[in-house]
Amino acid sequence: MTEKHHPLILAFVCNWCTYTAADLAGTSRLAYPENIRLIRVMCTGMVDPQYIIKAFLEGADMVLVSGCHPGDCHYINGNYKARRRIRLLKEILPRIGIEKERLRLTWIGASDGIQFSKTMQELVVQARKYGPNPVSAGARISE
Amino acid sequence: MAKTTFLDVADKNPLQTIREFLKSILNTDDVQALLVPGRSGSSQSIMPVLINDPDLIDDADPLSPCFPVNSARLASKLSHKPIKGKIAMVLRPCEIRALIELSKLKQADLANTVIIGIDCLGAYSTKYWAQINATDADSLPGGLPDPGNPNDPHLAAACRACEHFVPENADILIGLFGINTTEKIMIQGITDAGMALLKNLPQEMVEETSEEPVAREKAVTDLLASRIEYRDTMFETTRQAIDSHEKFVRYFDRCINCYNCRVACPVCYCKECVFNTDVFDHDPYQYLQWARRKGAVKLPADTVFYHMTRVAHMSLSCVGCGQCSNVCPNDIPVMELFRLTAADVQHAFEYEAGRDKEEPLPLSVFKEDEFTDVVGIG
Repeated sequence: MTEKHHPLILAFVCNWCTYTAADLAGTSRLAYPENIRLIRVMCTGMVDPQYIIKAFLEGADMVLVSGCHPGDCHYINGNYKARRRIRLLKEILPRIGIEKERLRLTWIGASDGIQFSKTMQELVVQARKYGPNPVSAGARISE
Repeated sequence: MAKTTFLDVADKNPLQTIREFLKSILNTDDVQALLVPGRSGSSQSIMPVLINDPDLIDDADPLSPCFPVNSARLASKLSHKPIKGKIAMVLRPCEIRALIELSKLKQADLANTVIIGIDCLGAYSTKYWAQINATDADSLPGGLPDPGNPNDPHLAAACRACEHFVPENADILIGLFGINTTEKIMIQGITDAGMALLKNLPQEMVEETSEEPVAREKAVTDLLASRIEYRDTMFETTRQAIDSHEKFVRYFDRCINCYNCRVACPVCYCKECVFNTDVFDHDPYQYLQWARRKGAVKLPADTVFYHMTRVAHMSLSCVGCGQCSNVCPNDIPVMELFRLTAADVQHAFEYEAGRDKEEPLPLSVFKEDEFTDVVGIG
């Protein structure tokens, strides 16, 4: 059954670190699964909790927010702010029946192309384990 | 250090005594006006009234269980810009706590206020108030609500689950619990501003400085225990009512996106709600796309999305006043859900809305080394 589930993972990646790492993975010809949809943002600090809630309500199986390591943020502290918002959402998402493990935050630096590729592969393994997002799984008619 | 005094109650009428006390406050030089729940003109509902003329003090009804609006928003309108002198505000504990949250958001300036808190007897839903007012406009059939009876079915659920019935962060406190209010009412100057104001009152008004009565502590402890018991049962029931996504959808399935809960919420702080903007003014094509992609789409759209966004915005500042449930036209028990979520969220940030005006809003600050457990994919 799990083989048939093609999870969809939405990844908000910061321009300066994780997106650059994805670029590096590409130019290094490192593969990562097609289940990931990258959305480039200027900073993880601009990822509004609304984007994440909407992503889950539209059926994303996992959401990743990924940016610069602490201390490396291009805008000095955007990643710290993101971390607090993720903490907040990890309390709120279970209220609508979405396990908090479906939301992930990682720090992947610009030179971490290999790390990027590995993280994406691991996320897909996890998404298969969690199964379909309960929002799309249970609903006949969309909310 | 708080300073405790007592007012002698004349004619066994605590309400009139409180009115006289408020009148003397309004008569002091520094106080420009008094914001207090009251009945103006032919109105039967008790609404916040801004009184300037001390002779109109009999309009004030600060003990009424009628609570159609959380005054924190109104207090914000009155205080967010400098005024000459101060506005004295008689507020419920939940209104004070919400006002403190708004002051952290720079939407109120407490320097322009003198906050007078009264031990809260709890409130009725506006619907129930309308029912009993139809038969009796001036007095309540059963007298004032009995805060010692947490099972009073008419008391709003938010009030029955409220642990903050003694005002925190008031400048002046009017104490009722554990006191025989047909004889005496307790007055406490809590802050320097409050104590300074009490000093300016006529000497014959207040008895000599004394201690808090012993019975008060027991009354407060007992009430707190029963409130916590009610609250925890309410939390458990609510948890079970929404323990899956399907049940969550069912919980909100009669939401019509009227946004009343947003209007009534004292800490829904956005100047313009995103749900009123073009972002949610979808083209017909958008709805058709949704219907095409999923087979069918429930309308109005975005009900769950709206509530979750609101929770993300306000749960850290939720004071549990229950106005959201009070105004819901379809009687969705929204307060229960919002309070439960707020409790979890505020616990996660070791924060409590309205506890301390110096405590920063959790999302306005950060530390370098914190919440490391939310990072990573392990």
